[in-house]
Amino acid sequence: MSIRLEPEKCIGCGRCADVCPGNLLVLEAGRAQLRDARDCWGCTACVKACPRAAICYTLEASLGGAGGRLYAEDRQETLTWVLRLADGEEQRITVEKHQANDY
Amino acid sequence: MNRREDCADVLIIGGGAAGCYAALTLAEERPELSVLLVDKAGIERSGCLAAGVNALNAYITPGHTPEEYAAYAAQDAAGIARGDLLLTMSKRLNEVTRRMEMLGLVILKDADGRYAARGWRNLKINGENIKPLLAAAVRRAANVRVLEHVDIVDLLKAEDGRIAGAWGIDLRQDAVVYLRARAVLCATGGAAGLYRPNHPGAARHAMWYSPFNTGAGYAMGLRAGAEMTSFEMRFIALRCKDTIAPTGTLAQGVGAPQVNARGKRYQAAYGNTTSERLYAVVSENLAGRGPCFLATHGITEAQERSLERSYLNMAPAQTMRWRETGRGPRTADVEVEGTEPYIVGGHTASGYWVDTARQTTVPGLFAAGDVAGGCPQKYVTGAFAEGAYAAESAARYAASHPLPEPTENVAKVQVRVERLREQSSRPSLYDVDALEEAMQQVMDEDAGGISTAYRYTERQLGAAAQHIARLTRLSEDLRAADAYGLLKIYELRERLLVCRVLIAHQQARRETRWHCFAENLDHPKQDERFEKYVNSRLRDGRVEIILRDLVGEGERYEHTFRA
Repeated sequence: MSIRLEPEKCIGCGRCADVCPGNLLVLEAGRAQLRDARDCWGCTACVKACPRAAICYTLEASLGGAGGRLYAEDRQETLTWVLRLADGEEQRITVEKHQANDY
Repeated sequence: MNRREDCADVLIIGGGAAGCYAALTLAEERPELSVLLVDKAGIERSGCLAAGVNALNAYITPGHTPEEYAAYAAQDAAGIARGDLLLTMSKRLNEVTRRMEMLGLVILKDADGRYAARGWRNLKINGENIKPLLAAAVRRAANVRVLEHVDIVDLLKAEDGRIAGAWGIDLRQDAVVYLRARAVLCATGGAAGLYRPNHPGAARHAMWYSPFNTGAGYAMGLRAGAEMTSFEMRFIALRCKDTIAPTGTLAQGVGAPQVNARGKRYQAAYGNTTSERLYAVVSENLAGRGPCFLATHGITEAQERSLERSYLNMAPAQTMRWRETGRGPRTADVEVEGTEPYIVGGHTASGYWVDTARQTTVPGLFAAGDVAGGCPQKYVTGAFAEGAYAAESAARYAASHPLPEPTENVAKVQVRVERLREQSSRPSLYDVDALEEAMQQVMDEDAGGISTAYRYTERQLGAAAQHIARLTRLSEDLRAADAYGLLKIYELRERLLVCRVLIAHQQARRETRWHCFAENLDHPKQDERFEKYVNSRLRDGRVEIILRDLVGEGERYEHTFRA
């Protein structure tokens, strides 16, 4: 379970480094860097915190991953998850923040 | 390295659920006290609730009582739990829940405005933002200062044995941080990463518990002479295969039964405690009837959509997996597996031996949450409740004791830290990763990991102890180039010490009190001679085991020292 950085989108704001519970993200030369992808817990704190969708969550091959990338758009009332599958198809799932889980 | 000193009335180590709630308690009830909350990362997402949480699993629903909850938790632990801690914790579950709702936590309600329960002790919530809500409230507190990205390494004590503060490393400023306090509250969480995980390699941290909870609080407590309890009651989670996502949402949420590969419902044959549910899966697999599944096939489309959203609020991997494979829970049953073992006082009873004030055996040191022992099934709300008790007790203690002088001054600490940055006279052949991998292999093979179906013999435990001693010696030669490198060395040392004490506990409980959690093949049955707590402390560098009598329903344990 890990994340991928897309450095061309990174603006070096450092939000990801502030929220990573493992101190795994650091700013180097104005851009976020991941110390070691193997150490990521997959909590997606950085994915939600990134204002430019420059970080996505991925399932490792050993966890059944199929090459998809999961991004998050964190807004006041909603959290929208954007899944880009390996074939380019995009799926969106929006979760209302004021709504509790049904299960 | 730089050096920074600070002091406070109450020092809280760890800004997870228990630590943040403790800080909020002091903000509300003791605004005259200065509080310092230190976290090794940023409190928005630190600790084990980083991704969110799917439900509040400890709540007293209408028609039920705190006594019932305490009895349930004690029974699930086969009697090895503290009745006094469970009952006091249970009495505050509803109070802390209301407080969290006031802070903005979304809790499902019925048409009459009452909380909608999931079973008799669970509430349905949207817990994705539980940590950001706590963090925001802590930041608003006038008497609480927050130090982040500071890893606390060790406690400081005074000449008379009282707590005097703690020191650590500022990961961003490359500084030694030396903190003095009248009282210290340890809320560092439990220990993951002791055993070889389900997926070593690229996904080595795809685990149930936070891999950044390294047992720091146990280790610093042991080094300070504190007594620990029930390390041998390991916690092993039953999870969705590969993603290690929660199973309760499927089992309790949509009522999915557990079935083996032949489609047979097997659970009734094994009992239904937490360890028995895991043991059932392990046994079915060993008997050639695996794998086991949660039979979700045939749920409605609406249920599937709802499950997808629930998992996104706590474990996005599961929803992603369903979408990527194109086989959601409506079309395919969800396979389950056991994780590697953890030491975690919020689920089982491992941790500091505390009294009802949540004071440890080190005067002035208090503990709450996963690091505190004797009180299993506390979950998130129980961690809040303990945080509140520990905060109130720490405040009373701080108000009546002067600021103590630590025996170790800051210069000495700095020399100790900087030694790890200098070239060693015996340069190590190994790095932190290599020693961690070796430790996890030893624990897996010889101390009851996944590869032995969680079982061990006493011969194996003896071998494990020898290997851990060897790896501990090797860890002394490790050196670091920067503050993050120091963090990795300290984390490895914490884990090695926790492993060492865990093995001593496993050796001491010469019975099988709980399947899987402590499955001793030389003593495969429960034995009434072990209706005791197995406790331990470090004395002159050796692990001393203490067997203590059970504290049952209606009884109360108090420390005998005068604090």
